[in-house]
Amino acid sequence: MKLTGGQIVLEILLEHGVDTVFGYPGGAALNVYDALYQYKDKIKHVLTAHEQGAAHAADGYARSSGKTGVVFATSGPGATNLVTGIATAFMDSVPMVAITSNVVNSLIGRDAFQEIYITGVTLTITKHNFFVNKIEDLAHALRESFRIANSGRKGPVLIDITKDVTAQLCEFQKMETYALDKLPKANDEQIREVADLINQAKKPVIYFGGGVTASGASKELAQLSEKADLPAAHTIMATGVIGSDDEKNLGLIGMHGTVPANKAVHEADLVLALGTRFSDRVALNMNEFAKRATIVQVDLDKSEMNKNVLVDISVISDVKYFLEKLIPLVEAKKRPEFLKTVQDWKKTYRIEKDNPDVLKPHQLIRTICDMTDKETIYVTDVGQHQMWSAQYIKHKTPNSFLTSAGLGTMGFGYGAAIGAQTAFPDKRVIHVTGDGSFHMNLNEACTAVSYELPIITVIFNNQVLGMVYQWQSAFYEGRLSSTTPARKTDFVKVAEGFGAKGFKASTLSEFEDVFAKALKEKGPVWIECMIDKEEKVLPMIPGGLTVEDVILE
Amino acid sequence: MKKEVNKSVVCLIVDNQPNVLARISSLIGRRNFNISTITASETNTHGLTRITLVVNSDDENVLNQVVAQTEKLEVVKKAYLLDMSNTLYRELLLIKIKTDEHERSAIREIVDIYRAKIIDLSKSSMIIELTGSPEKIDGFMDMVDCYEIMEVCRTGVTGIERGL
Repeated sequence: MKLTGGQIVLEILLEHGVDTVFGYPGGAALNVYDALYQYKDKIKHVLTAHEQGAAHAADGYARSSGKTGVVFATSGPGATNLVTGIATAFMDSVPMVAITSNVVNSLIGRDAFQEIYITGVTLTITKHNFFVNKIEDLAHALRESFRIANSGRKGPVLIDITKDVTAQLCEFQKMETYALDKLPKANDEQIREVADLINQAKKPVIYFGGGVTASGASKELAQLSEKADLPAAHTIMATGVIGSDDEKNLGLIGMHGTVPANKAVHEADLVLALGTRFSDRVALNMNEFAKRATIVQVDLDKSEMNKNVLVDISVISDVKYFLEKLIPLVEAKKRPEFLKTVQDWKKTYRIEKDNPDVLKPHQLIRTICDMTDKETIYVTDVGQHQMWSAQYIKHKTPNSFLTSAGLGTMGFGYGAAIGAQTAFPDKRVIHVTGDGSFHMNLNEACTAVSYELPIITVIFNNQVLGMVYQWQSAFYEGRLSSTTPARKTDFVKVAEGFGAKGFKASTLSEFEDVFAKALKEKGPVWIECMIDKEEKVLPMIPGGLTVEDVILE
Repeated sequence: MKKEVNKSVVCLIVDNQPNVLARISSLIGRRNFNISTITASETNTHGLTRITLVVNSDDENVLNQVVAQTEKLEVVKKAYLLDMSNTLYRELLLIKIKTDEHERSAIREIVDIYRAKIIDLSKSSMIIELTGSPEKIDGFMDMVDCYEIMEVCRTGVTGIERGL
């Protein structure tokens, strides 16, 4: 059958099981959106306020559901507005296909209205991108986009289609989706070697990251930790993979990680790094990181081996496959002495102190967790509230803590929450944000209202740009350069202006009260929570140092 | 390639498609890899291009990163480090030198010793072509440095491993 380019785009989305896309129309995208109109029974399009919000929504949809996030945008500014969203997904290995339209092929390169060379712009923030100016190339490029986005280490792919192609007719045949690339698998010898190391180690520690979630190895990780009595520290990407109250969960590692997590890795004689990349926020000093340990790194991306920290054994493998083969070779044993030490650290270094009179970040988060069910999806923005969330949210499930970890994108949260709530209409989605981050993209409230998404946004309002404020206070002798903006935003009124509900809380009991109300709302709710600007994210290990230099107060 | 500055050569076999050089050079920029030359040309296999990178390092980890990161690009079919001791390297030089009749014979002597070729001659200048290892070309450049060099064009290094 003969279809237009626009129809081919949608047929191929259907081939890949896509039923939801996020985006924003425009001149060059008219034909694609016209096709979308014809397919509206099969594919739901979520219109956002801004293309950045659409990109973050596609990202949040993918992170929470494991499916590919798909985002549409028009040429020029539509395409450039996706850039931050694409880069965010790239840094956190999120599968995404961004489909942009460009001006007609005869105008390409002539600085036409709303023309941008988006494939050039996104070269280093996509796994690959395509420029399609021939209708015969379209179907293949689209299928390739899905294959590449989901193969190996996942990530975003952009496909830019000229407007004339989206209108032209071409013979189209449905096809099976392209097979994904085979994942690398560790060889038996290496697995045996690692098993022996674990069996012999006195103080072995697991340090794991987003690769564990990506390969669906949460269960295997828990089994290994249980069988060999291995305490485990996680990166922010892997929050929720092991239940937060699990005895062997050391918590977050790195700059704002727990003392037990950082101490354990610092003193370990064996560190098993699973699906993680030794980022500068974890290996704060690349030469000192786990320096007493034999380091084994397991990752499917060869380029992550010895990139930041030099390791002793590199295993290029899908983490799930590796763990499945490893577990039977590992001796079931207890390490009471080491585990006791770890538990003692956990008790010694608890730093949060309750206070009934003011809103303390940890109490706020604890209350949210206590009042919602364990299937809740938490989405954060970036800054102090993000770190408090990673530290204190009581996690039970993987894929339920969505945060911009690698790129650290302020303004990520609302879009991502919209994506998650769209993927899971029946789950509770809580968006934790700060007044700084929220000001960046709160415009997406209109989207949440349009689609009646009952996202609860909890705004940690300390009236300063908290994380930078904290650094300026601690390391710049209190020179508060552009972090105390004296904004007068009335979040309750703004919420109401958008047609959402707005509440405000200054004490814990007030919060409990309004949060209970928020849980009953059908549409989006904002709760502005007043936080003291001197609240700090602690513990903290400044970059370049080790846990020996940890700041506790 | 024996050199005072430690250099290594990485060979990439890539899809011959628009933008392929931009993809490689963007990656090099993005990762802050320090390279001195890059050459690209079609191969005998239709659709494949060979790119030769000279990397200003002989650190194993740096080189592994260059190979592993470039290999991740969709367009890169193969990336590998050339074995220095078993590879032949060549570079082409074109150089235009200002000359008068008094200097010509002296330059010709250098040209002969280096087995270069004079490929163009005018009353006031000559163009010399030289193919050889980068060291040989550096050596030649040293020898003609005392003359007035008007233009220089070097192709960058290509390399190929010897047969067994």
